[in-house]
Amino acid sequence: MNGERRTVTVDNRTSLLDLVREHFGLTGTKKGCDAGACGACTVLVDGHRVNGCLTLAVRLDGAEVITIEGLSRDELHPLQQAFIDQDAFQCGFCTPGQIMSGVGCIRERHTGSASEIREWMSGNICRCGCYVKIVKAVQQAAKGR
Amino acid sequence: MTRQPNRQPQKAVGTPQSRVDGRLKVTGQATYAADHDVTGVAYGVMVDATVGRGRITGVDTRAALDQPGVRAVLHHGNAPRLPYVDNPGSNNPPGERLRVFQDDRVRFFGQPVAVVVADTLEAAQHAASLVTVTYAAEPPSTDLTTAPADEPQRYARGDAEAAWAAAPVKLDLAFRFSRNHHNPMEPHATIARWEGDTLTLWDKTQWVVGGTQQELASVFGIPQQSVRVISPFVGGAFGSGLRAWPHVTVAALAARVTGRPVKLVLSRRQLYFGTGHRPAYTYALKLGSDRRGRLAASIQDIRAETSSYETFTEAVMGPGHMMYRTPNVRQAYATVPLDVNTPIWMRGPGYATGAHVVECAMDELAHELGVDPIELRLRNEPETDESSGLPFSSRRLRECLATGAREFGWHRRNPAPRSTRDGDWLVGTGMAAAVYDFGRAPAQAHARINADGTALVQAATSDMGPGTYTSMPQVAADALGLTMTTVEFRLGDSLMPPTPPHGGSMTMASVGSAVQDACDKVRRQAITLAVNDARSPLHRVNPDDVVVRDGRMHVKNDPTRGETYRQLLGRNQRDHLEVIGSWGPPEQSRYSMHAFGAVFTEVAVDDRLGLVRVRRMLGVYDAGRIINPKLADSQALGGMVGGIGQALLEHTVTDARDGRIVNANLADYLVPVNADIPDLRAIYLDGGNDQNADPIGVKGLGEVVIVGVAAAITNAVFHATGRRIRELPITAEALL
Repeated sequence: MNGERRTVTVDNRTSLLDLVREHFGLTGTKKGCDAGACGACTVLVDGHRVNGCLTLAVRLDGAEVITIEGLSRDELHPLQQAFIDQDAFQCGFCTPGQIMSGVGCIRERHTGSASEIREWMSGNICRCGCYVKIVKAVQQAAKGR
Repeated sequence: MTRQPNRQPQKAVGTPQSRVDGRLKVTGQATYAADHDVTGVAYGVMVDATVGRGRITGVDTRAALDQPGVRAVLHHGNAPRLPYVDNPGSNNPPGERLRVFQDDRVRFFGQPVAVVVADTLEAAQHAASLVTVTYAAEPPSTDLTTAPADEPQRYARGDAEAAWAAAPVKLDLAFRFSRNHHNPMEPHATIARWEGDTLTLWDKTQWVVGGTQQELASVFGIPQQSVRVISPFVGGAFGSGLRAWPHVTVAALAARVTGRPVKLVLSRRQLYFGTGHRPAYTYALKLGSDRRGRLAASIQDIRAETSSYETFTEAVMGPGHMMYRTPNVRQAYATVPLDVNTPIWMRGPGYATGAHVVECAMDELAHELGVDPIELRLRNEPETDESSGLPFSSRRLRECLATGAREFGWHRRNPAPRSTRDGDWLVGTGMAAAVYDFGRAPAQAHARINADGTALVQAATSDMGPGTYTSMPQVAADALGLTMTTVEFRLGDSLMPPTPPHGGSMTMASVGSAVQDACDKVRRQAITLAVNDARSPLHRVNPDDVVVRDGRMHVKNDPTRGETYRQLLGRNQRDHLEVIGSWGPPEQSRYSMHAFGAVFTEVAVDDRLGLVRVRRMLGVYDAGRIINPKLADSQALGGMVGGIGQALLEHTVTDARDGRIVNANLADYLVPVNADIPDLRAIYLDGGNDQNADPIGVKGLGEVVIVGVAAAITNAVFHATGRRIRELPITAEALL
C-alpha cells in the first residue's frame, strides 16, 4: 500500500475502497457510486487502474496498491501539477480518481490525440464538467513523459 | 456606491490565479463531509420505503439486531419524538417538513423508514438489508399531466388573449421537461456527534448557518448556538445542498440514541429520493407577432411537480415576462402535488426551464418568418425590464450576440434545415440567448491583520467548486494591499460570520462585497493608527492620501514615506487589528439585475440512428466584472456540460405503478462523460463592472452559463434535421 507492506485482517465483504478509506484512513480515494459507474475510486493495482469499489480487499493478497496519497511525496506528480495548471477540476471530488486514471491512461499510451484521451478517460465522471481541461492536463503530463 | 478617495490598486482581482486549494485537491487531502476523522465513529445506513404511498404496518428488526456489531435500529416505532419547530428564513418551502421516524405515513417511494447503526460499515450495510418493513400500500399519484393542480401563481400585462387573437403570426407550442437530478459526485453525507446538549455536524451543505445549523437546531428544539456545522469542502452540489435533508436529522438522531458519533453517507441510489431534484414541467406557450417578428402577445401555462407535503416553486416565470419586448403577457404557473419527495433549485433554477421555452420559440418564430434568429432577438430587445418597469443594471445582450456571431462564424450558415450533410450525419447550427436573475443577500465577513503582516479573512460561506477559496482572497488582497500569498481565507464553519446560501449566483456579489467591506475597514483602521502615531512616518498625513502595497502603507504621491503593517503593529504592541464587515443589497432595488449570454453550437445528428453529437459550442457572457478569468472559464465550460446533459441525456424515470425511480444510478441516469464533450469555448465581455449591482461590480455567473445551452442544441437539431423536438432530453427515440 503506497510502498509500505501492510498486513490486515478484513471482513470478506470489505471492498478495496472501504479498506483504504475506513480502515487505513486514506480518504483521498472517493466513493461516488459504489457500483463501478463513476470512477471516483480509481486506484492503481499492480500498475493497472481499477475501480476500488468493485475490488474485494481479500483478492489483493500480495498486490501493490497505489492511491492518490502514494502518487507523490514532496514534489507533485507531473499530472497533479498539470491539473492545477490547466484548472482541470472545480469541486475536486472526482479529482483523485481522474488523476489516478490519467496516470493509467498515460502509461497505457492512450494519449495519441484529444479524442483518444476523451475515450480512455470516459470511465471517470466529472459533474462540474471539467472534461476539456482534464484532456489538456493529460496532454500536458503525457508530453513531459 | 460611494467611491473611496484612497481606492486601492487592483492587482489580484482580474488575474487568472490558480486555485489556492488546488494542492489539497490534487493530493487527496481536501476533507469532504465523510472524510473527517472523528474518534469512535459508528456507521449509519438508512432503510427506505419500497412503496410509493401508504402506511407502515410493521418493522421487524430481529435479524438485523442479531448481527455482530449492530448497536441500534431506529424507526417510527422506537425513535424519540422531535419538536420540529418552524424555521422561518430557511429554504424550507411552504408546507410541512418530512418528519423522520415520527409517524407511520409513507409519502413517497424511498422515504427513510429506519436506520441501522453498527460498529463497521460492512455490518451496518448488511444489517440494513435484513430489516423487514411491511406496508399497507396505496397507489401513488405520479402523473404531472393528469393530477389536480394547486391554484396557480399569475402574471399579466396588457390583454394577451385579444392581442394573440389579432396577431398575424401565431405559434402554439407545448414543451415538456423531465425531472433532473443534481448528481454531484460527492454523495450527501453527515457525521453527527453530541457532547452533552451540543451537536457538531460535519455536513455536505451549501448553507452552513441558515441551511444546516438553523434547521437542525429547530428540528431538535435547541438553541442555534448549540449546533456547530463544519463543511470546509463540498464535492459539487448544484443546488442539492441548499437545505438540510432528512438524513441529516437521521444522523443526529442516531448519534443521540447510541451515544456514538455517527457517519451517514447516502448511497448513489438514495440521492434520487433522499435529496431534491429539478422538477418535471409541462409548459404551453402561445406566441403572437407581426410580420416583421415584433412580439405582440405571449400566453404561458406552466405546470410543475411538487411533493404532497411541501409546495416548491422557482423563478420559472422570469424569462417569459422580462426577456423580450412584449406588450401583452399572461402567465399561470401551477404546482401539482405528487407522491414524490420535494424538489429543490438546480443550476439555473427556473431560468434553465423558462428560457428554454422562450429561446426555442424565438427560433421557431424566426424560421416561420424567414428572419435570422439573431436579428429577431435584436428586433425585440427591450428598453427596460417590462415586468418591473425598472432599468437594467446592465444588459449587453446585443454585444453577446454580435461577438458570438463573429467568433462562431454564424454568417456562413445556410438557414435551410437539412442543408448540410457529413456522411451519415446531418449537421446543423443553432443559437440561444441566456439570462439569469442573479441573487444578492446580506453577508458578513471577518478580516484580521496579524502582527507579522499577514491577514486572515473568514466567512461561513462554501466553495462547491466555483473557487470561493481563491476569489475571496483576490478581493481581500487588493483591499488590504497584500499579495495572494499573505492572505488566508477560511470558510465553511458556523462559528464564522453568517452568509447567504452558496447558490443562486450570489456568493461573489454578496460575500465578496462583505469581504471587501471588512478589508477596507481594517486597512483604514491601520492607516488611522499610523497617522495618529507620532512615531510613524505617516504621522499627520491625511488618511485619504495613504495607499497600501505589498503590506506597506505609504503616501500615494510619495512612496518613500511610509511603513509596513508589521512595523506599525510591532511598535504599538498590537497582536492584530480586526473588523467584521458586512454588505447587503438595498431593500428596494432601483434596477432589474440579470446576467446575460449567448450560446452557439454545432451538432451532428445521425439520420438513421437518431444519435446527437455536439461538435462545438461557444458561450459569450455579460456577467459583470470577472474576479478570476481562469476559474470563470472553467465555470462556463462546466455550465455548458451541464446544459448538454439537460439537452440530450438527463432524465429521471418513475414507474407509475409504485412510484419507484427506475434509473436511480449513474449507469442508467446518464450524465455527460468525457467522450460526449468536444472543444468548448467561453468569452466574457470585456469591461464588465456593474456598479449598480454591488460594490465589486460582479453579476454572478454560475447559473447563466447553463441557461440557453439546451435551447441552442434543440435549435441546432432542428437546423440539422428539420425536426422540432419540444421535450427534454432529446432522445434518439424522439428523432426516429
